[in-house]
Amino acid sequence: MPDVTKTDIKNAVASGPQAALQLPEPKSEKTRSLWGDAWRDLRRSWIFIVSSVLIVILLLITFFPGWFTGVDPTSGDLAKHFLQKPRLGNIGSPDWLGYDQQGRSVFARVIYGTRASIAVGFGTTIAVTVVGGLVGMIAGYFGGIVDSVLSRLTDVFFGIPFLLGTMVVLNSFQDRTTWVVIGALSFFGWTQIARVMRGAVITTKQADYVHAAQALGASTPRIMFRHILPNTLAPVIVVATISLGIYISAEATLSYLGLGLNGVSWGNDISDGGNQIRVAQWIMLYPSIMLIITVLAFIMLGEAVRNALDPKMR
Amino acid sequence: MGRYVARRLLQMIPVFIGTTLLIFLMVYALPGDPVRGLFGDKGGSPQVIAQLRHQYGLDQPILVQYWHYMKNMILHGDFGTQIASGRPVTDVLGDAFPVTLRLGALAFVIEFVLGIALGITAGLRAGRVTDNAILLVTLLLISVPVFVLGYILKVVFAFNLNWLPPNVNDSTNINELLMPAIVLATASLAYVTRLTRTSIAENLRADYIRTAIAKGLPKRRVVGVHLMRNSLIPVITYLGTDIGALMGGAVVTEGLFNIQGVGGTIAQSIVRREGTTLVGLVTILVIVYLLANLLVDLLYAVLDPRIRYA
Repeated sequence: MPDVTKTDIKNAVASGPQAALQLPEPKSEKTRSLWGDAWRDLRRSWIFIVSSVLIVILLLITFFPGWFTGVDPTSGDLAKHFLQKPRLGNIGSPDWLGYDQQGRSVFARVIYGTRASIAVGFGTTIAVTVVGGLVGMIAGYFGGIVDSVLSRLTDVFFGIPFLLGTMVVLNSFQDRTTWVVIGALSFFGWTQIARVMRGAVITTKQADYVHAAQALGASTPRIMFRHILPNTLAPVIVVATISLGIYISAEATLSYLGLGLNGVSWGNDISDGGNQIRVAQWIMLYPSIMLIITVLAFIMLGEAVRNALDPKMR
Repeated sequence: MGRYVARRLLQMIPVFIGTTLLIFLMVYALPGDPVRGLFGDKGGSPQVIAQLRHQYGLDQPILVQYWHYMKNMILHGDFGTQIASGRPVTDVLGDAFPVTLRLGALAFVIEFVLGIALGITAGLRAGRVTDNAILLVTLLLISVPVFVLGYILKVVFAFNLNWLPPNVNDSTNINELLMPAIVLATASLAYVTRLTRTSIAENLRADYIRTAIAKGLPKRRVVGVHLMRNSLIPVITYLGTDIGALMGGAVVTEGLFNIQGVGGTIAQSIVRREGTTLVGLVTILVIVYLLANLLVDLLYAVLDPRIRYA
């Protein structure tokens, strides 16, 4: 996946006077770390604020869907609600966003579908970061033949189109639980983090403090995880955050192709709604809006973190 | 240069073998049987099934199958037989590939022209309102999944406004291909825009640009020659890798608009467990992808004389 690149540095500059006020009097020269600086930048970026508020709301919906609607998303009533239009005035009631072709509340389905997307997004990102990070770390640190083998392996997995690969894997599972979908997405998704990590490790391992640690006789794992890892995290975190949004989008696409999660999910609802598109657009409209907002929130968060962590933007 | 190309081609061999083997293992090691699938619910007699399995070589160990497949492919250009129709995979490919090629080419032109134009517009006005607006739009475009965008365009332009046909019947008709090509191009378009914008904004601060302006060159020449030539290198890389993505990523778009291209054929063969067809098509995609990458690396030397390949 390519660079989702830098946005406005302007925001950091725009709040200049305010920033000057916030600066503490120079009492004890606090060391300014990359992370400390990044955090100061982040708090002033509206992109960061908007996206984190959205993500907090999404997490609340994921863990406590009952707070938002009292209706069961799977119980339909054809007699009363078949394709009933949305009543946009009744915010939060079951008929707010209308009913689908099985008389189920679209609002309840949108709320309960959140869990599937968030679970797949976070699960895949964690798996991919651990696996890709390890592969990249080992390839970058040891170099030589180990690097050649691991890099070619990465190329192999990277060469197969992402969506096609996951489709082939998922097609052989009848019961596609969250774990199966996470597994299939991670199986092909780890390559990107591995490449980023490898590049970062190769530059970091030249640093003097790494040579110093080696000279002092630190063990290889200790050098890798205590000395190199903290200094390679920045690009990995950025890529991971952005790809979280991309995995949510991929999960919905797989559901649309009929190869996604079984159960309530936005992708399934959008796919069903697509068949009713000429009579009842709302069935696919509202899950689509939620999906777009969710993906956008994570991509914006990654973007804000990138701006804050990129020393070139200072 | 010659030695560099030779080394790159040699490096491609293990990747090519690995990729085809991986897809082969995935298709055949996972449960499912294309021969049984031919008979439907009634089921065929065990003798017939066994004979067909033998005929297609499905009764042999997987690595032997792989070896035969690769041998036939490389020596005879034979990609196997599509089991459902009995046609050679090369025939199926010959039908599907031109369609995808037309769709991909149109999408490529859209993302190339629009993406670079928008990127330059934003990059030259970095930090101002136009720039922020363009960046926000690109974020939004990246966030909209392809199939959602396809549905939206269909409803608006085909059903409500009646400007464009909702499905593609004739893939040589540009009018019909326009909507799917836009859908296919959108996400890449956003990436191209962002990449161009960053690159332009960074190079705008470079010393050689100041020199060019200082010696009184017209703005058209400074931007068009000095700035563009240096800023487009990362964009070309991205566009090169995107060729492969446009070919393979058309699965969703082709399904949505009922286009009989490579993506559609791949989706069908996944569902029908048509191993040979799938492996053949993916192999072609992988070759396209590897060659495109090589081509991009060679283009570097043309665009940037500082890069020399020993």
